[in-house]
Amino acid sequence: MSMLTIKNLGMNFSGFKALNGINLEIEEGEKHAVLGPNGAGKTTFFNCLTGQLKPTDGVTHYKGKKITGLTPSRIVNLGIARSFQRINIYPKLSVFENVQVALIADKGMMFNLIRPGAALFRDETAKMLELVNLSAEADETAGLMSYGKQKQLELAIALSSEPDLLLLDEPTAGMSPQETVDSIKLIGDIAAKRKLTLLFTEHDMQVVFSIADRMSVLHHGELIATGSPDEVRNNQEVRRIYLGEHADDAA
Amino acid sequence: MITQRNMILLGIAFVALALVPAVSGLFLVYLVTEIMIFALFALSFNLLLGYGGLISFGHAAYFAIGAYACAVLLTTLGWPFLFGFGAAILLSAVSAAVIGYFCVKLTEIYFSMLTLAFAQLVWAIAFKWVAVTNGDTGFTGVAVPGWMDEPVRFFYFTLIVLAVCAYMLWRIVNSAYGMTLVATRENYNRAEFIGVNVRRIQLVAFVLAGTFAGVAGALFTLFNHAVFVENAWWTQSAEVMIMSILGGVGSFVGPAVGAAILLILDRSLAEITVYWPTVLGIILLAVLFFFPEGLMGVAKKAGRKGK
Ligand SMILES: Nc1ncnc2c1ncn2[C@@H]1O[C@H](COP(=O)(O)OP(=O)(O)OP(=O)(O)O)[C@@H](O)[C@H]1O
Ligand SMILES: [Mg+2]
Repeated sequence: MSMLTIKNLGMNFSGFKALNGINLEIEEGEKHAVLGPNGAGKTTFFNCLTGQLKPTDGVTHYKGKKITGLTPSRIVNLGIARSFQRINIYPKLSVFENVQVALIADKGMMFNLIRPGAALFRDETAKMLELVNLSAEADETAGLMSYGKQKQLELAIALSSEPDLLLLDEPTAGMSPQETVDSIKLIGDIAAKRKLTLLFTEHDMQVVFSIADRMSVLHHGELIATGSPDEVRNNQEVRRIYLGEHADDAA
Repeated sequence: MITQRNMILLGIAFVALALVPAVSGLFLVYLVTEIMIFALFALSFNLLLGYGGLISFGHAAYFAIGAYACAVLLTTLGWPFLFGFGAAILLSAVSAAVIGYFCVKLTEIYFSMLTLAFAQLVWAIAFKWVAVTNGDTGFTGVAVPGWMDEPVRFFYFTLIVLAVCAYMLWRIVNSAYGMTLVATRENYNRAEFIGVNVRRIQLVAFVLAGTFAGVAGALFTLFNHAVFVENAWWTQSAEVMIMSILGGVGSFVGPAVGAAILLILDRSLAEITVYWPTVLGIILLAVLFFFPEGLMGVAKKAGRKGK
């Protein structure tokens, strides 16, 4: 059984079909890239899977359980975490607290009125920050860090939910070339070590081919190709509408 | 560290309060008792506004429910003090749970409007249910137990209740729950995506705030030997909001300080000028423009610079 089974998923924004008839299966341990030009519907796709949006069509099953229609928090509790294309952190809290509160939630301590929150999971928080290279920034105000570092924090927060399936929406967008390389290596390592199933969107083709073992291409809300990187690369339609646009920069 | 220092300051404040009856006359004993009651009311309110980022326009409802329930249970039904006092608080908690259940389904201004609507409903019940509440004449002649029917004793009773409640609230805002509540305030959406049921977190805040407001209301009844429909009117909700903003919603004690300032200004200025509400309005405007973090915000900044 696939880890994630998406059937006929559709999202209709008052007449505009941002997603249409998406069918996709993600196997456990897969590193799956979702490609597509701007406005193709990648973020909308993630939003429909994670409960941010309620799709107007179709159902998604995760580990055999229907997740369509569940609230985001329920979906996270089932083991699906995500990062966001647009930074989504607690900008006024410290970097440390950003991660700590995610751990408090993950460990089911969020309704504990007695235990002082600041004393909880300090070691785990420190370890997580070390993992994403933010140890030195622990006490900084999250929203004041550089964009790249905020992206790293975004990743740390998502990982703190201890997901089995991790969705990353353009994890390196806006990063410097060096940050991108580091970040991609990091994501690959973590995914391997934690046996994560990864579903991610990305514009940088180098990034995509360095991690993905399978990929899908979205175009105008429709899934036009799914397969191994080679299959997708050689797909005529994909070459025409997507890779073709970038063929010049790639060369 | 910083919290330890705050705890010590808080301890000193309570010792200073405890000395009030020893060094001053009855006028001040009464005034400080009333300040303590409203300080508790404001502290309870700040759990919603300061920590949860939830703007309630109807917090007076739980104050009034605690106040009326205490009056009715002790006087009309003749319950023993502890049962009546406890049940009044419980009733505030239950009402907050029922009303909060609906309110937290909404966000922002819609949340605020619904809290106001429910509070006005509570007021309407207090106003119309004359047989129980005595309507707009007010419920007077509350059967206060003899042992506390003495200003200085009641002062100490209030001080102890305030100390216990403030300690509990302090623990709550610093708890794992308190941190989660702050996270929902800072970023509702991100909190959902770390697996937090935000509505439920907010509902708990609503119930806790309503419960402590009920304690303040019950104390108010015991203090005045009476409760009036005005205590459920929306201006009472506005007043607790003004107290909190004056003192500073970003600090734990801010709202309590705000309660003290507002009541002291009220007592001193209302005698000097009939334009007291205008003066208050100007003070509020000045605070909002120049010290948006309230007086405790100013104090904190000064403290940091001083080091
Ligand atoms: N809430 C919404 N209401 C209406 N239209 C929307 C909404 N969200 C997205 N859209 C539209 O749906 C289409 C797909 O948007 P989406 O953000 O999913 O694209 P994307 O593939 O993530 O693009 P990008 O590469 O720029 O991130 C766009 O045309 C967008 O304008
Ligand atoms: Mg996008």
